[in-house]
Amino acid sequence: MEQQTASRGATWLRMFTGGAPALHDWPSVQVVEAPLAGQPARWIAVVPDPANRFPRARNGEVGLVEGWQLARAVQDLIALDRDAPVKRPIVAVIDVPSQAYGRREEAFGIHQALAGAAGAYAQARLAGHPVIGLIVGLAMSGAFLAHGYQANRLIALDDPAVMVHAMGKASAARVTLRTVEALEQLAEKNPPMAYDIRNYASLGILSQVLKAANPASPGEQDLVLVRGALEAALAEIVEEPERDLASRLQGPHRAASRRVRELLETQWEAAD
Amino acid sequence: MTDIARLLQRDSFIERNARSRATALLDPGTMRELAGPFERLHSPWLARQQLVTQADDGVVVAKGLLDGAPTVVLAIEGGFQGGSMGEIGAAKIAGSLELAARDNRRGIPTQAVILFETGGVRLQEANLGLAGIAEIQSAIVDLRRYRPVIGVSAGTVGCYGGMSIAAGLCSWLVLTREARLGLNGPQVIEQEAGIGEFDARNRSLIWGLTGGEQRVATGLADACVEDDTLELRAAVARLFARGIPQRHRSERADDYLAALARADTDAQPMPADVRAIYTEGDA
Repeated sequence: MEQQTASRGATWLRMFTGGAPALHDWPSVQVVEAPLAGQPARWIAVVPDPANRFPRARNGEVGLVEGWQLARAVQDLIALDRDAPVKRPIVAVIDVPSQAYGRREEAFGIHQALAGAAGAYAQARLAGHPVIGLIVGLAMSGAFLAHGYQANRLIALDDPAVMVHAMGKASAARVTLRTVEALEQLAEKNPPMAYDIRNYASLGILSQVLKAANPASPGEQDLVLVRGALEAALAEIVEEPERDLASRLQGPHRAASRRVRELLETQWEAAD
Repeated sequence: MTDIARLLQRDSFIERNARSRATALLDPGTMRELAGPFERLHSPWLARQQLVTQADDGVVVAKGLLDGAPTVVLAIEGGFQGGSMGEIGAAKIAGSLELAARDNRRGIPTQAVILFETGGVRLQEANLGLAGIAEIQSAIVDLRRYRPVIGVSAGTVGCYGGMSIAAGLCSWLVLTREARLGLNGPQVIEQEAGIGEFDARNRSLIWGLTGGEQRVATGLADACVEDDTLELRAAVARLFARGIPQRHRSERADDYLAALARADTDAQPMPADVRAIYTEGDA
């Protein structure tokens, strides 16, 4: 289905999959099978659906239905490859402005829908599926937790419109009792609070940041660049004995995360 | 016994702090705290913003036995920064769950209880809190393959944000009537979508839609207990005895998609509408 609003997620998904048909007739969760490094892979993106039955999920937000459809798509692949010696890779193309904020969403338990998605991605990774998250636009909060944050590797485009955060600026300012300007000033000195991708990259959670010439409407060269990075990430993942998230703990700003784990490990058995 | 007498005799769980809650869940004399306050694990990020820190960063890691079984209790202190998850608190929870999963791979059946009393990500540590929550979620999914991970939210903070997603990954969930479980808090919804969408001052609506009783009645949690320490502990023990669910709640995509297809999305749902949708069919 061609969307009126061509989101970045939809654009990049179409570029990578060469217009192959989606596996489901789901308007807001697109799942496509197309090759990566010469082998079949599943490509998944959440895209805007202006006619969404849930009015708070019409702009590409991850809502109740999106969460459970992501879960279903990933679970289906795990089931298909249960006995396969090589598990198909999953590429989550990430451009999610937020989770859906609404009364219907809370009433029907959107937290559980997003748990469905996050849990399925984590299970896929633990089952041996290489999972790569490619951030081409926004990767916000609960939406990012549901779609991409469980990946073995996270790759992002270096672009001002690419942002990662826990909450939109206006709400974050209200919750922390600050003005938006004060929040922005604070973010300049505190990398975890910043919205831009370069500060986020300094946390050591991304495996790569790529400078595409035209992130909003990528050309052939951009495609070659990003595809190369995805293939390199895939080659790394399949060589790894452990399929956990430990590779994210090595950054200079994560000293406290490492210190806590060292302490716990030392004290764990001594506590018995 | 009269209601008043019962109320006076009750050992409130809600009134206990995180350390006391963890101690009360474990067998007497078996609780050992790991990465405790004497390690002085103050948040480096709060300190940089001239905000108050705490030596345990608001999370207590308690190892011990529960009815004789090796158990780690991860208790979030709702009284510190709204139970928000910063880098250190999240690392304490994720790191402990990772070690519990490693125990199981080595033949030690360690199980876990998480006491959720949290608004979600600590916004002063935004992206490190979010990353830490993703690591907690990963570790729950790993550990629950071997032993149940039980989530408890007693109140009064409730369980919100990315940590509500973590709660949705638990094998079993125990709530009290005072607890609330949801992704977005009413204030944030009102801010993002307007008062017509959600009136954050309407307490009966908030508890009616997201309170412990409703969540259990709609199958989004497993037990709603009184604010009583013994009763809560008994509920946790009962759920551990049930073992790993045949299918975790987070694995029931088909049931939930079928139920949501039945929902009338033109009108704003009332609590009874949600109960009707979720008790019809399988979800």
